[in-house]
Amino acid sequence: MGNDHFVRFENVDKSYDGKQLVVKGLNLDIEEGEFVTMLGPSGSGKTTCLMMLAGFETPTNGQIYLDNKVISDIPPHKRGIGMVFQNYALFPHMTVYENLAFPLRVRKIPKDEADKKVDKALSMVSLQGYESRMPMQLSGGQQQRVAVARSLVFDPKLVLMDEPLGALDKNLRESMQYEIKHIHESIGVTVVYVTHDQTEALTMSNRIAVFNDGKVQQLSSPDELYERPVNSFVAEFIGENNTFAGEVTDVSGNKCKVKLNSGAEILANPIVAKSKGEKTTVSLRPERALIDPETEMDNNHKGKIEEVIYHGDHTRLRLDLLGNKEFILKVPNSSNRMDIKEGKEINIGWNSTDCRALDPK
Amino acid sequence: MKGQLFITALFFIMSQEQILSSDGIPLEQSLKKAERKNKLKAVLLVAPLFLFLLIIYVFPIGDMLFRSVDDRMITKMLPKTFQAMENWDGQDLPDEPVYKAIYEDLKYLKENKTYGKIIARLNYEKSGFSSLIKKTVRKLKKIEEGNYKEQFIKIHKRWGQPEYLVALKNAAPNWSYAKYLKGIDMRFDQDRNIIQVEEDRRIYKILWMRTINVAFWVTLFCFVLAYPISHLLATLPMKYSNLLMICVLLPFWTSLLVRTSSWMVLLQQQGPINDLIVWLGLAADDNRPELMYNVIGTFVAMTQILLPFMVLPLYSVMKTISPSLMRAGKSLGGTPLVSFVKIYFPLTIPGIGAGCLLVFILAIGYYITPALVGGASGSLISNSIAYHMKSSLDWAFASALGTMLLVGVLAIYWVYNKLVGIDNIKLG
Repeated sequence: MGNDHFVRFENVDKSYDGKQLVVKGLNLDIEEGEFVTMLGPSGSGKTTCLMMLAGFETPTNGQIYLDNKVISDIPPHKRGIGMVFQNYALFPHMTVYENLAFPLRVRKIPKDEADKKVDKALSMVSLQGYESRMPMQLSGGQQQRVAVARSLVFDPKLVLMDEPLGALDKNLRESMQYEIKHIHESIGVTVVYVTHDQTEALTMSNRIAVFNDGKVQQLSSPDELYERPVNSFVAEFIGENNTFAGEVTDVSGNKCKVKLNSGAEILANPIVAKSKGEKTTVSLRPERALIDPETEMDNNHKGKIEEVIYHGDHTRLRLDLLGNKEFILKVPNSSNRMDIKEGKEINIGWNSTDCRALDPK
Repeated sequence: MKGQLFITALFFIMSQEQILSSDGIPLEQSLKKAERKNKLKAVLLVAPLFLFLLIIYVFPIGDMLFRSVDDRMITKMLPKTFQAMENWDGQDLPDEPVYKAIYEDLKYLKENKTYGKIIARLNYEKSGFSSLIKKTVRKLKKIEEGNYKEQFIKIHKRWGQPEYLVALKNAAPNWSYAKYLKGIDMRFDQDRNIIQVEEDRRIYKILWMRTINVAFWVTLFCFVLAYPISHLLATLPMKYSNLLMICVLLPFWTSLLVRTSSWMVLLQQQGPINDLIVWLGLAADDNRPELMYNVIGTFVAMTQILLPFMVLPLYSVMKTISPSLMRAGKSLGGTPLVSFVKIYFPLTIPGIGAGCLLVFILAIGYYITPALVGGASGSLISNSIAYHMKSSLDWAFASALGTMLLVGVLAIYWVYNKLVGIDNIKLG
């Protein structure tokens, strides 16, 4: 198998009950040193993939390669993969030191060397001086950091993280995101991270694999994923999204005409729906539509303000636009903002390049 | 400096006392008032159980403890004798007043026809008293006033032997731990030294050792059998684990007598287990092994009966151990065995402790099963207690054995608390 990828899923299927496939023909390559996030709704197969990589589940079909070796027959304890679990999985009867020393002790690393490694790992998560604490005496965030330190202390090349921040509150979660990101950058370990939180995925990852229905829908960098989703699911799942359902009536170059169900016509960027007569769902990010645009834009339509929601730094407007009553618009909260009131008709403009004609929902 | 500190402290206390609630009543007082109703409710809710425990538990145990050391029967029946004997040194024969007192006491007993009781008690103190008392009582009416000592010795020469009078005096204390000595095959000799009983009468030490031995092995067997079952119960998916749980609990819901009787059916010499052994060729048909009426029957039946008491605490502890801990252990490089020994097993210790303590304590006082399938060589201390309660009617001795058992259990509990800590017990 001529491949130079660090981790490679090759046509992997997984079924638990013999009736339904949880993972369907998965192909995924991960390079050394990357931070790859598996993102998807619950039940999309992302955790199953992680468990197969860790060795706690066996693929029903297909192969998984780690460092160009098939790992299906290697038991989990010989794979040398660090893992951070959803509920931390710290050993409650051991101190922080003993927790961290566990992987070193089973590897028969001499004590003074092990002590140095434990110390280094603890300093990485800034928890020196906590060696003799029991896990129960630590806060959630501290436990999480111990779990991260433990997964790294034996210098694995690959670390798997299964929704590690799920149990933390919002502020702590954000600071932990940066902390994990910085650790990844400073030691260059490969991280495969599973989450259902898109902000987390966008903040931390080099690349994101969006999972749905047992398949990878899109694997690309965060900005690519947000700016250029390849299908309706990704567009809908990542960030906010306005959609119009319709049918392609004309295609010319990188523009196409879409006749909406309400009868109006808009110009869009043909991504999935590329030929005349195809059904499509057009996707447009809320921040790409402007009120009374100063520059020339190739889509200009009138909409009625249905609702105004104040958000501090910006105001969100819900509009009735071209038959879509849930059209969301973000207006930056600047001092020269024009007078926005419910029931008012305003002029909305956007570029056809930002308006992507994807597969119909 | 010291005085100042004192005044400050006093002031502090006073200022604390002066905190008032908004209606001007001291805070502490109004808090008590507010809580009173709730407290009363709580007390009323607890009261039935408290009374129940008092009546069926605290009182009987107190009575049992009391009975086991109560030895006032003789003192009550021969009050004048013991009063007269108080100043006697126990060396030579006592003087006239003692014999006079004995005469008066016996006369009273004869009139009331209750002297039979003291015969048994005194004969236990020293054999020979039986005929001595009987003969004396028979000839009591011939005794004339004055010079009792001489007349007594004339009736029976044993009244002239100091050791009988010493034995009589020895029976005087209100409280005695003689029953406890008997429970460990010891007794008082006539000089009140503690000695072992004759070798062919030593049965209680054997019984105690056998009881502890059986309890220990039953606990061990239960543990070995219950650990994997409990693990399976805790890790299987719900629909299978419920079924398995029912299988574990089914014997629990069956009458103890029925279970023991079915073991009798299974274990008897012509029973299915023996048939199987013969069929497998492990024993000849005319030489079937005895599986019942000995210690094997006790082991087998008690292990089966006590198994749920081990499974349930183990299961409840294992249920709380997250499966991700074992996974974490493996992902960190521990082989399944190492992960088990270092992670899983230590976390189940509270359950093991609770289960073992429970099974051991139940086993050490187990009665019905050893009585039915134990036979002579498989009977335990509890059977002996039952014997003395029902057949020999030596309730004091039965109480003493019961108390020794209770103390033993408390000792085990204490040791366990020192080793593992009672807070670490989890029963579910």
